Amino acid sequence: MIEAILRVNHLSVSFDTYAGTVRAVRDISFDLGPGETLALVGESGCGKSVTCRSVMGLLARNARVEAGEILFQGEDLLKKSNREMRAIRGGKIAMIFQDPMTSLDPTMKIGRQIAEAVTLHRKVSRGEAKRRVLELLQLVGIEEGEKRYHQYPHEFSGGQRQRIVIAIALAADPRILIADEPTTALDVTMQAQILDLMKDIQRKTGTSVIFITHDLGVVANVADRVAVMYAGRIVEIGTADEVFYDPRHPYTWGLLASMPTLATEDEKLYAIPGTPPTLIDPQPGDLFAPRNPYALEADKIAEPPLFPVSGTHFAATWLLDPRAPKIDPPEAIRRRARERGSL
Amino acid sequence: MNRWIPYIAKRLFYMALTLFIIITATFFLMNFLPGTPFNNQDRLSASQLEMLNKKYGFDQPLFSRYLNYLGNILHGDFGISLQFSDQKITTLLGQRMGPSIQLGLQAVLFGTVVGVFLGMIAAMHQNRGLDVFCSLFAITGRSVPNFVVAVLLQYLFAITLKWLPIGLWDEGFRSTILPTLALSISPMAESCRFIRTEMVEVLSSDYIELARAKGMSEIRIAFSHGLRNALIPLITVLGPMTVSLMTGSLVVENIFAVPGIGEQFTKSILSNDYYTIMAVTILFSALLVTVIFLTDILYQLIDPRVRVEGQA
Ligand SMILES: Nc1ncnc2c1ncn2[C@@H]1O[C@H](COP(=O)(O)OP(=O)(O)OP(=O)(O)O)[C@@H](O)[C@H]1O
Ligand SMILES: [Mg+2]
Repeated sequence: MIEAILRVNHLSVSFDTYAGTVRAVRDISFDLGPGETLALVGESGCGKSVTCRSVMGLLARNARVEAGEILFQGEDLLKKSNREMRAIRGGKIAMIFQDPMTSLDPTMKIGRQIAEAVTLHRKVSRGEAKRRVLELLQLVGIEEGEKRYHQYPHEFSGGQRQRIVIAIALAADPRILIADEPTTALDVTMQAQILDLMKDIQRKTGTSVIFITHDLGVVANVADRVAVMYAGRIVEIGTADEVFYDPRHPYTWGLLASMPTLATEDEKLYAIPGTPPTLIDPQPGDLFAPRNPYALEADKIAEPPLFPVSGTHFAATWLLDPRAPKIDPPEAIRRRARERGSL
Repeated sequence: MNRWIPYIAKRLFYMALTLFIIITATFFLMNFLPGTPFNNQDRLSASQLEMLNKKYGFDQPLFSRYLNYLGNILHGDFGISLQFSDQKITTLLGQRMGPSIQLGLQAVLFGTVVGVFLGMIAAMHQNRGLDVFCSLFAITGRSVPNFVVAVLLQYLFAITLKWLPIGLWDEGFRSTILPTLALSISPMAESCRFIRTEMVEVLSSDYIELARAKGMSEIRIAFSHGLRNALIPLITVLGPMTVSLMTGSLVVENIFAVPGIGEQFTKSILSNDYYTIMAVTILFSALLVTVIFLTDILYQLIDPRVRVEGQA
C-alpha cells in the first residue's frame, strides 16, 4: 500500500464540562491515502466533528486530547506549535463546514474572503491573488467572477455560498480536504450538485478527502472507504464495497436498513431503536449493546476490539469472535449482497 | 441611489414632526413651572410686574403666544433671555456650543477607542484574568457618576501633581484634558461592555471558525472579521451617546468651569429663564433626531445586509 498521507493512531479526546467529562472520541485509528476519500458516518453526537477538529487543531477550549497521535506526512500534528498549525490549517489541510448560510463573513466581499485564504499561505501580489480568486471561482462553478468578486454573501444562494466556501478551502491547494456534512443544510438538488463538484475537484486536484455525513446514501457515491462511528469509536471500517455489501457490525446493519433507497414497497423505513448513550461516565461493556437486537452476554462485560474481516475490513463486535454463535445479517442486508452479486 | 430619495424624504418628515411635538409639549409644560422668571418678584409692585409681563408678552393669551413662538422659531429666532437682560438666545447659546461640542466629541472619540480596545481584549480572554479586569472596569465606570471621577481627576492631576489646570477654559487643549477624561468614562465603559458582548458572540460564529480554518491568527481574526462585525451594532448606541455628551454634562462643566451649554442650562433652570430652557431643549432634541437619522444612514452604508435597496 502507498504511504498514507494522514494516520490517526489511538486518538482519544474528552471535554471537561460541569456535568462531568465527556468522552467524545475514544481510541480512534484510521489512515487516509493520497487521493483517497474516506467517509466518516454515524448518528449525531458520535464524534465525527470532534475527530476532524482534532486533525485541524481546532478543538474547543475545554477539550483535552487524552492519548494518541495524528501523523500528517509522518509528523505528529498534536506536537506542533500554534504557529506551525496555522501554516498547515488552510494550507495543507482545509475544511468545509456544514452551514453555508453562516460560514461566510456577512460584512466582507466574497472576493476578499477568498483572497485572504490565498495570501495567508502564498506570497503573491494583489493582482496575482485576484487572478487566483477568479480561477477558483471558475473552478467551483461560479460564473461572472469579475462581478461576483465584489458581492457580499447575502447576494448568493445557499448552494453558491457552499461553492464559495469550497473555493476558500481549495485556495492553497491543500493535500487534505475535510468536509463536515457539506450538503446537510442544502436541498436535494443542491446536494447532488455540490457532491458532483467535489468529485470533480478531487479528480482534478488529487486531494485526499475526509467526508463526514450521517447519510449513508451520500457516502455510496463518493467514498473509497467508509468508517462507521458509534459513541466515539470506530465500530466498522472497510472499503465502500465491504461496508455496503458485506457489513459485519449490527450498527452498520441498522444504518443500512434505515437508508430510504434500501426499503422496498412493502417494507417500512427501518429506524435503529433507542437513542445514543451518554458519553459522561459511559457504562462498562459495548455501548451499542442496549440498542442491539443481537447483543451477546460478552457485550455487557467488555467492549469488543476491532476484529479483522479482511486485510482492509474491521468491525468491533463480539459476533466476530470465534466463540460467538453464528448469526446471519438481516434479510434486507443479505438481499443487497445478492443483488450486488448478480450485477 | 434614487431609492434613497423617498427614504430620506420620509425620514426628514418624521424628524420635523417629532420636533414639532417636542416644541409644543415643552411650550405648554413650561407654563406649569412654579414661580416666574422675575427673581425679585416679591419686591416688585403690581404695576411694575404688569409692565414686565407686557414687555415679555406674558400678558397675551397662551395660545397666541404659542403661535408667535412657533413663527419666530421658523425664522431662527428663539427669543431673548430673561436672565441676562435681553441678550438674544441664539447669540447666548452660540457662544457656548463650541466648548460643549468639542468636549463631547473628544470624550466620545477617546472613550470609544479605548473602550472598544478593552472590550476586544476582554472578549479574546473570555473569563480569564484580563476579561475580569475589563469587566470590573466597565462596571465601575458605569456606576460611578462622572462628577465623582471629575473631582478625583481634578484632585490628582491639578491639585496634587499640578500637571494640568484645575479648570477654566483658558489654556487651550490643556484645559480640555481633564473634563474630557471625566466625560469619557461613560462612553468608555459603555462601549467596553457592548463590544465585549458582541465580540464574544461574533467570535463563536461559524465564519470566525472558517477564518481559523483558513489558518488566520487570532489577532488578525479579531481585527479583520471580529471587530468589523462587532462594531456595526455599536453605531446605534454611539449616536445618542455623542449627543448627550455634546450637549454637555451639567455637573462636569460646572466643576471645571467650562463655559458650555450644560452650565448655561443649569443656570437657566435655576432662574426660570423660560426661553433659554426651551431653546436648549429644542437644541438637544434637534441634535438627537439628527444624529439618530445620520446613524441609520451610516448603518445602512456600512452593513451590506440592510441597504435600503434590500428593503423590498
Ligand atoms: N465543546 C464541547 N464541550 C462538551 N462536549 C462537547 C463539545 N464539543 C462536542 N461535544 C460532545 O462530543 C460529542 C461528539 O460531538 P461531535 O460534534 O463530534 O458529534 P458529530 O458526530 O459531529 O454530530 P453531528 O452529526 O450532530 O454533527 C457529543 O456528545 C457532543 O455533545
Ligand atoms: Mg458534527
